[in-house]
Amino acid sequence: LTITGTVKESDGNALPGATVQLKGTNRGAQTDVEGAYSLPNVPTSATLVFSFIGKTAQEIVVGNRTTVDVTLADDSKALQEVVVVGYGTQRRQDVTGSIAAISSSEFQRGNIVNPEQLVAGKLAGVSITPPSGQPGGGSQIRIRGGSSLNASNDPLIVIDGVPVDNNGVTGASNALSLINPQDIETFTVLKDASSAAIYGSRAANGVILITTKKGRAGDKTHVSFSTLGSVSYNPKQLPVLSADQFREVVNRLGNANQRALLGSANTNWQDQIFGPALSSDNNLAVTGAYRHIPYRASVGYISQNGTLKTSNFQRVSGSLGLTPRFLNDHLRVDINLKGSIINNRFADQAAIGAAVSFDPTQPVYSGNDKYGGYFEWLDPTTGRPNQLAPRNPLGLLYQRQDRTEVQRSIGNVQLDYRFHFLPELRANLNLGYDISKSTGTNFVPATAGLLFNQGGQNNQSAGSRNNKTLEFYFNYTKDLRSVRSRVDVTAGYSYQDFIRENPSFPSLRSGSIQIDGRPASDTISAAGVAFRTQYTLLGIFGRLNYTFRDRYVLTATLRRDATSRFAPDQRWGTFPSLGVSWSLKDEPFLKDTKALSALKLRLGYGVTGQQDLSNLSNDYPYLPRYTISDPTAQYQFGNTFYRTLRAEGYDANIKWEETQAINAAVDYAFFNGRISGSIDVYRKTTKDLLATIPVAAGSNLTNYILTNVGNLRNTGVEFTINTTPIQREGLNLDVNFNATFNKNEITNLLKVPTPNDPGILVGAISGGTGNTIQIQTVGYPTNTFYVLRQVYNESGVPLEGVYEDRNGDGQITVDDRVRYQTANPRLFLGMTSQLTYRNFSAGFTLRGNFGNYLYNNVRSNNAAYRNVINSLGYLGNASPNVLTTGFVINQYFSDYFVENASFVRMDNLNLGYNFGKVFGNTGALRASLNAQNVFVITKYTGVDPEVANGIDNNLYPRPRIFSLGLNLDF
Amino acid sequence: CVQDLDRTPAFDVTSATVYADPSNYKSVLAKLYAVLAVSGQQGPAGKPDISGIDEGTSNYIRLLWCLQELPTDEAVIGWNDQTIQDFHNLRWTSSDGFITGMYNRIFYLVAASNEFIRETSDEKLASRNITGQAAADARTYRAEARFLRALAYSHAIDLFGSVPFVTEADAPGSFLPRQISRTELFSYVESELKAIENELAASRAAEYGRADRAAAQTLLAKLYLNAQVYTGTARYTDAVTYASRVIQANAYALEPNYLNLFLADNNTSREIIFPVTFDGLRTQTYGGMTFLIHAPVGGSMPVAQFGINGGWGGLRTTKALVNQFPDVTGATDKRALFYTQGQSLEINDITQFTDGYAITKFRNVTSTGRAGSDPSGNFPDTDFPLFRLAEVYLIYAEAVLRGGTGGDAATALTYVNALRARAGAPAITASALTTDFLLGERSRELYWEAKRRTDLIRYGRFTNATYLWPWKGGVKEGRAVEDFRTLYPIPASDLVANPNLKQNPGY
Repeated sequence: LTITGTVKESDGNALPGATVQLKGTNRGAQTDVEGAYSLPNVPTSATLVFSFIGKTAQEIVVGNRTTVDVTLADDSKALQEVVVVGYGTQRRQDVTGSIAAISSSEFQRGNIVNPEQLVAGKLAGVSITPPSGQPGGGSQIRIRGGSSLNASNDPLIVIDGVPVDNNGVTGASNALSLINPQDIETFTVLKDASSAAIYGSRAANGVILITTKKGRAGDKTHVSFSTLGSVSYNPKQLPVLSADQFREVVNRLGNANQRALLGSANTNWQDQIFGPALSSDNNLAVTGAYRHIPYRASVGYISQNGTLKTSNFQRVSGSLGLTPRFLNDHLRVDINLKGSIINNRFADQAAIGAAVSFDPTQPVYSGNDKYGGYFEWLDPTTGRPNQLAPRNPLGLLYQRQDRTEVQRSIGNVQLDYRFHFLPELRANLNLGYDISKSTGTNFVPATAGLLFNQGGQNNQSAGSRNNKTLEFYFNYTKDLRSVRSRVDVTAGYSYQDFIRENPSFPSLRSGSIQIDGRPASDTISAAGVAFRTQYTLLGIFGRLNYTFRDRYVLTATLRRDATSRFAPDQRWGTFPSLGVSWSLKDEPFLKDTKALSALKLRLGYGVTGQQDLSNLSNDYPYLPRYTISDPTAQYQFGNTFYRTLRAEGYDANIKWEETQAINAAVDYAFFNGRISGSIDVYRKTTKDLLATIPVAAGSNLTNYILTNVGNLRNTGVEFTINTTPIQREGLNLDVNFNATFNKNEITNLLKVPTPNDPGILVGAISGGTGNTIQIQTVGYPTNTFYVLRQVYNESGVPLEGVYEDRNGDGQITVDDRVRYQTANPRLFLGMTSQLTYRNFSAGFTLRGNFGNYLYNNVRSNNAAYRNVINSLGYLGNASPNVLTTGFVINQYFSDYFVENASFVRMDNLNLGYNFGKVFGNTGALRASLNAQNVFVITKYTGVDPEVANGIDNNLYPRPRIFSLGLNLDF
Repeated sequence: CVQDLDRTPAFDVTSATVYADPSNYKSVLAKLYAVLAVSGQQGPAGKPDISGIDEGTSNYIRLLWCLQELPTDEAVIGWNDQTIQDFHNLRWTSSDGFITGMYNRIFYLVAASNEFIRETSDEKLASRNITGQAAADARTYRAEARFLRALAYSHAIDLFGSVPFVTEADAPGSFLPRQISRTELFSYVESELKAIENELAASRAAEYGRADRAAAQTLLAKLYLNAQVYTGTARYTDAVTYASRVIQANAYALEPNYLNLFLADNNTSREIIFPVTFDGLRTQTYGGMTFLIHAPVGGSMPVAQFGINGGWGGLRTTKALVNQFPDVTGATDKRALFYTQGQSLEINDITQFTDGYAITKFRNVTSTGRAGSDPSGNFPDTDFPLFRLAEVYLIYAEAVLRGGTGGDAATALTYVNALRARAGAPAITASALTTDFLLGERSRELYWEAKRRTDLIRYGRFTNATYLWPWKGGVKEGRAVEDFRTLYPIPASDLVANPNLKQNPGY
């Protein structure tokens, strides 16, 4: 009997290279590129064993069949047999820290531009706030809550061993946006200090290790092509008064002049500025080996349009990986080169706010050719655009061309030499670079209403980054069988240098204008001072991993880091960590418990540092400096204008921010790994926070200074469970669930402790000038809302200007504000499921945040009659909420506008079908249908409950996306 | 590679190098003056001097103006910015962002001046081998820095009373300054101004924009006029003395046309003793004159006549100021610069621009009608007249009437009538020249020049019921408020940052 069949992965993809073995013999076969196999002379009583690295093996009795198709599920335990860690890999069983790894088959699917979206909702403790609807937008990543106030809260990202700069490049949304997600093989997150501390000074917010796909020795040439076409649209509009409601309000409340401004059109401005958008994503990858050089080369092209008209993102990316081995495998060379070019056209997002506030009774076009033909509110005395009125929303989009091009290349060469005379010892040298360059133009014609008085705009921008890495380490790994031990020791050195530059350009008009006899000129302002900053990090590090009896593991790391950002006396910091684990399952008393397949306890402690001040304007916070003013900030003496020299405030003693973290965890697995997961409990305490706080007036050359002050604490519990409820021939179901509780609290924020600390105001809002809605205070979570307590009438309607007099002084002032809720979720959940049945596959990802609040700035700034009726010569639209509240004047500080923004969102729903062999058995075709942002369940009244810092102000709406994808392998 | 950790800035200079080259000194001095005009090292906004507050909003002159005018009968504002309406209501708190901003601007100027004064001592100049003309210039610059510090402290005395005290002896760091009493600070400022009086250039001998002897004398005269309020001891004779010194130097003269004092070419006026200068292209800010020219324009006002691209529809005045003038057209007093078309005299709703008469005093056109230099019409060329000769005349007159010796009422009458003659207003008789008349005359001459709050306090009419104006205390007909409102509170943020400080009573 000859048995044939195909072997697939749980996502329906063919699995080439899987082993099919006749149980009890050494006869067998391997699957080909389409996952097909053929095994002759099989007795009917035989059992076939299907296996593949990283998959759970399956045994199937042949019976009288001639075709046996099998789907191999991921074996979470086996998959992670080897995990990527800092400076090397470790056996899963030797891991003591909290490490979450996820590989390409588990990534989110669909129209995905940025790599971090691949794992959204999939990892406990990792909160990924997806980008707004802006094409190419980047997410905010937080691992176990932010550990800093003013220094960076972004994790360190390491791509193929090269730690990259977290700073966004001008014109690109984040550092990851230049990596093609299709090139990524694994995504590993080092969450706790004991695993991350090897990265010392840069590890306080966790570390994300990304490895890209590689060719393997002996590979046949394999070509993979994928294409994905998507359509996206906005599922929801921001609520505004309809034209009829609007007329009613103006007629009821307006005076004769205001009523006369009403138009006769019925314009839905959001219909004008938003529309369905098409995108496509195409990738071609070739994997194989040329002579003895395994390679992988890929090119990708993505073009994404946004639902806000005129927004577009295009990326061309290429990557090349070579992994040759020399000297009998003693010398391994790993070469990675990646390059991408991004072209962005940014739509003017002010159009969103303008569409919300623009009078719906006015037409889109004026009927004449002034101001590009768009209707604009004009100043009756001049006939020119009214400076205080909103501009025509569609005109804002089509009359601005804001484009950038970003070029980036990341590459590294890693040489790993295993000593001939001592094969347990390896030397590893990693040389890497990360360079990028961006150029941009921002053009508005002189005729546009937007910048009419200024004569339009024709500006340039540019920026560049040049980062270099040199890292070198020794690793010694030896099994000491006589003492049933294994040691794994690493020691190394790291050097990194980062340069950022932005030249300054003059600000230009797009056309010379002359208005009211003012002089004409092409230049608005001369170029200012160019920007260049550089910092350098040095580090030495070591790690000892000791395993006894394969079940008691101890890991100790130590890193000593220096940064050029601090003064010589302060610049070195020491960051130790210690982790232990105990595999209970391997103890004699549990060894024979069949149902339990793994049980391990882990405990870790570590200290990490933070010096990433990238959000500040320079890398020299300890130096007394003088800054030269721009040509637009000169001062006149006589008839001469002088560019001024300003002494900057500084803290000569500024030093490392330090985070101490402890982590305790249980890893478990039951029923041969069909149920597995972990529970982690952690506490992270940051001291000597790098925080910008008010200084005592007169004591320094500024009123706010960046200094080391205060403590912050994050406490949390993470829970993960991965299950395979159904695992049968041709049918497989995986259900994974994770939950994270995180509590964040500022525990000190003062150099000199004082009662009644008013805290530091943050969270600028739209409306008025300089208004803020959040506060950092001791004893409260970061970004707590700071609001007046609204008083309501018996029917629950808020009373305008009536608030609780908290301090009882008989007046309502800013001193009556209270701290109320926070933007940080208390609990966030993720759930994914994947079903495979023969050639079909289906899956979804659900994600939810709970206990997070949002300040509805769209409402607070638009839900007042003052938005409609004013004495400034135009009418404006308002939120229909005004019909409920009857507010005449915007009540910016009312807690009425702080809303519960808990939600559950279906991020992704996907269906796949595998057509099997096509083109005369030379290729394999798979088709998929994806929906993203399928639904959101929330009580929040705005357009989307998920906004990174808790203030919802005309967010570019996240679209719903449907995609059709085809994958062809041959 | 450890040397690579010693990175230094590419474009900025460090304090070690900046003072080695005497040609940098004037640029550092220019910064001290610029603290009054711009909000940071980029115009109109960017690289701010102080943070935690919007740059344009917190500009020194803009805040000084708001704190001096908005709680009085001279101005109302229609906006919703933070707590701006609290000024009309006379109900501000120690958390107020505007008050905190003013306080921080004052202490920024003090700290920046201290740094320059410290670095330009004779010993430091000698140690850097700076001699001859360069050293002589540096000494003049240093006297000017001391003037600017005294100016900032004078605003602290007037607005906050008892405040933190730092001098050039306190190097920047994280120490906690001590609090000085209002009287002690008065003495310190007085001694500083007297010490530099003769180190500064002679009256009107300095470059335009820089402080000269007359600037120091005017500041002294202003302090002495208010000494009763500041220290409890009247110093009217000293006020007469220093006002006389300014007048008798004959360096400054009244501008023949009152209107020209507030126009884009007011830098040519011989009346302005100490301006804060602005320029449409080179000294740009959203505060300063940009605020004072855009914010009062709205309704049907013709923006072209103001040399700007549009109004911000915010500032107007109350009928209390309008009623200081016999008629609103300016026919009997050219200083009545009101815009009434489409505006109502009564204010029923402060947030409506059309409630209350608008004021057309400050404009960005020259005396010959040309628009300012910024083609966009955003940033004016008009300078803010912080001190001008007319005020010195009025100080002289008031100090004489309040019993100061060394002057006489007849001269005082001449000065007052000189101002009235210029305005086309009838002369007054000697018997009409009373302190009450002078309060009115100051309002007619100096309204919207950031003096009014100080004047009302000096006359005892700021908080109590002896004088009510529309919306005083937040009610239409006006009401009395607590007396402690004559001082602003020490900002809560500084009370926390500096436990040495005690809050003003009442807050």
